Amino acid sequence: MSAKKTAAKSNVSAEELLGHYREMLMIRRFEEKAGQLYGMGLIGGFCHLYIGQEAVVVGLEAASKEGDKRVTSYRDHGHMLACGMDPKGIMAELTGREGGFSKGKGGSMHMFSKEKHFYGGHGIVAAQVPLGAGLAFSDKYKGNDNVTFAYFGDGAANQGQVYETYNMAELWSLPVVFVIENNQYAMGTSVKRSTKSPSLWERGKAYGIEGEEVDGMNVLAVKEAGERAVAHCRAGEGPYILEVKTYRYRGHSMSDPAKYRTREEVQKMREERDPIEQIRSMLLTGKLASEDDLKAIDKEIKGIVNEAAEFSKESPEPALEELWTDIYAKVEA
Amino acid sequence: MATEILMPALSPTMEEGTLSKWMVKEGDTVSSGDILAEIETDKATMEFEATDEGIVGKILIAEGTEGVKVNTAIAIMVEEGEAVPEASAASVVAAPPVVASAPTVAAAPVAPVMDATPDWAADVPVKQTTVREALRDAMAEEMRRDENVFLMGEEVGEYQGAYKISQGLLDEFGAKRIIDTPITEHGFAGIATGAAFGGLRPIVEFMTFNFAMQAIDHIINSAAKTLYMSGGQMGAPMVFRGPNGAAARVGAQHSQCYAAWYMQIPGLKVVTPYSAADAKGLMKTAIRDPNPVIFLENEIMYGKAFDVPVMDDFTIPFGKAKIERSGDDVTIVTFGIGVTYALKAAEKLAEEGIAAEVVNLRTLRPMDTETILTSVRKTNRCVTVEEGWPQGSVGGYICNVIMQEAFDYLDAPVINCTGKDVPMPYAANLEKHALLTADDVVDACKKVTYR
Repeated sequence: MSAKKTAAKSNVSAEELLGHYREMLMIRRFEEKAGQLYGMGLIGGFCHLYIGQEAVVVGLEAASKEGDKRVTSYRDHGHMLACGMDPKGIMAELTGREGGFSKGKGGSMHMFSKEKHFYGGHGIVAAQVPLGAGLAFSDKYKGNDNVTFAYFGDGAANQGQVYETYNMAELWSLPVVFVIENNQYAMGTSVKRSTKSPSLWERGKAYGIEGEEVDGMNVLAVKEAGERAVAHCRAGEGPYILEVKTYRYRGHSMSDPAKYRTREEVQKMREERDPIEQIRSMLLTGKLASEDDLKAIDKEIKGIVNEAAEFSKESPEPALEELWTDIYAKVEA
Repeated sequence: MATEILMPALSPTMEEGTLSKWMVKEGDTVSSGDILAEIETDKATMEFEATDEGIVGKILIAEGTEGVKVNTAIAIMVEEGEAVPEASAASVVAAPPVVASAPTVAAAPVAPVMDATPDWAADVPVKQTTVREALRDAMAEEMRRDENVFLMGEEVGEYQGAYKISQGLLDEFGAKRIIDTPITEHGFAGIATGAAFGGLRPIVEFMTFNFAMQAIDHIINSAAKTLYMSGGQMGAPMVFRGPNGAAARVGAQHSQCYAAWYMQIPGLKVVTPYSAADAKGLMKTAIRDPNPVIFLENEIMYGKAFDVPVMDDFTIPFGKAKIERSGDDVTIVTFGIGVTYALKAAEKLAEEGIAAEVVNLRTLRPMDTETILTSVRKTNRCVTVEEGWPQGSVGGYICNVIMQEAFDYLDAPVINCTGKDVPMPYAANLEKHALLTADDVVDACKKVTYR
């Protein structure tokens, strides 16, 4: 049973760092734009932003290969961007338009892409955990070496179905990485106020599942831990747990009174631990990129995000006939 | 470039709010994430953060202002060295127009047309088979046909099935495809649904549907809704099956009929076989169906034998009711074990000169309402029969359909014969009174025929 505290490697190429920087920045800018569109009334209902947690999905996607699957909760925009789904289709789903990934019928919390092996976007806390184990089950059944990433939060970690799933996943040696995105708050309830367990990943030990805690603000540490987890699964050794310590800067959803934590706590995290700033300063101090190089990336991303926002406004609402489609799959004759 | 800061919508229902307090003043430099103001919404007082960096050029709405409509410009941000534009910006900015759709509401799909062809041709030989064997045979045939089909549940393998439905399957298909699970319905229903998303065709056995209550979130929220929520990209081709309804003397927690519950859910198909032929033909159709299917069996029926056609591939389509007995005086609409009571009642009624027509629905979703309506238009009277409770019942829905589609044909109010509106008691005498009987059906039929 390993309990390594992961430390980032220093010998990383400029190309890799720039890639991480670009992808994390894409998520942040996309989410900021989504927040703006929400404020303008273009996005309705619930909208959960991923700002602050970018290193988690970017690091783990860097550890995956084609064919691997991912499934997560309703805080899902970052996961979709990181696995390569088109920002236009995501934003248009947020605005409930025809050009969205679910034709406007799913919304922020319910989006999918068969092509990118993204299986949702689930609105029921922890439901994605057994679903993720089931996806891993299907790969093991078919005999390939794909791995599924099942992401869930510290809040979901207290749901009973997580432990039912741990038990069966280890019993059947399913190739699933359980990623606990511990952002320290389940809506407004801090981890300390919801459990006396000293750590969440260690609960897996009771089922015989290996795991470790990871610095979720450090994309390189996340990637390195992800590689260990994936190797474990691909070797047929069953599931693996990563408890990724991260932090969400924004509210739980858009309507968050922000009374459960101090402003200083958030500010401290942003100033001292920000995942994007960490890579940015590595790039600059290591002279791997110039300010101008980074500015060019910023500009490019701003363009992509603005384009996605424009698309999400221009794409028409779904045709009324869509109300009645996709309820049942057609039976083959 | 100067940009307007608009009054944000900070909750799904917010239309206006109070600008309680400005946390910045004109001339302040702000960066992304800084709090600009405190805004009181219909839910709470919230901090409103800057999303871009810039300088607060002008504050347009004073703090303490109530009833500020969402999207009203509340401040103007400028860049270093830029002049503040004139007050034209203070006008209310309307929400961007949503592309208009035609005002007509698309019509719901129409009900299937009545199909009265027999399930198998008259010259096909038949074999007496129990419902238990028919279910097992159907699963075995489909597992031979498609290697992605597997069976998962408690005691389905080594124990050979808590009710012996999976007898012999472990020997033929092995532990990879006949999977014993721990007692953990919520978890394995979720795993099976995930496996279906991943392209497999799971059959999930619940030892009884009472235990599926633990798993109902995955059945409804994960299995039934995903096709719609994904815009048709992926769904859950799978079967949830097991005994439903009252057995005998097992008390309140093991004796509930869930037909009306599942029948309510768009995205699910709901099957309630009566005979062994129904069980076999419908189970094969269920396993092949690309949607989640709820297959409600009945423990009391497992040992009953019926004629089942000896054919290579016998299937029964969904949405096709069966007229179990013809008659002109009253229509009895039922399903599952209810057919037993209906047929017994029809027998007794015949002795008294009342010809009852018994409609076995077989599937509740889709429901063959055309067959019900055709029969009611002929008999002008209807009794529905089910073991479940009266409020929100299958019969209640059928009444609604008949009222809307055949009101003028009715010569009497429709009666719903149901189980009594009580949790199932254990005591033998009380249980007998809680359950539906053929005599209840006879009485109801006499009532609607005014005899």
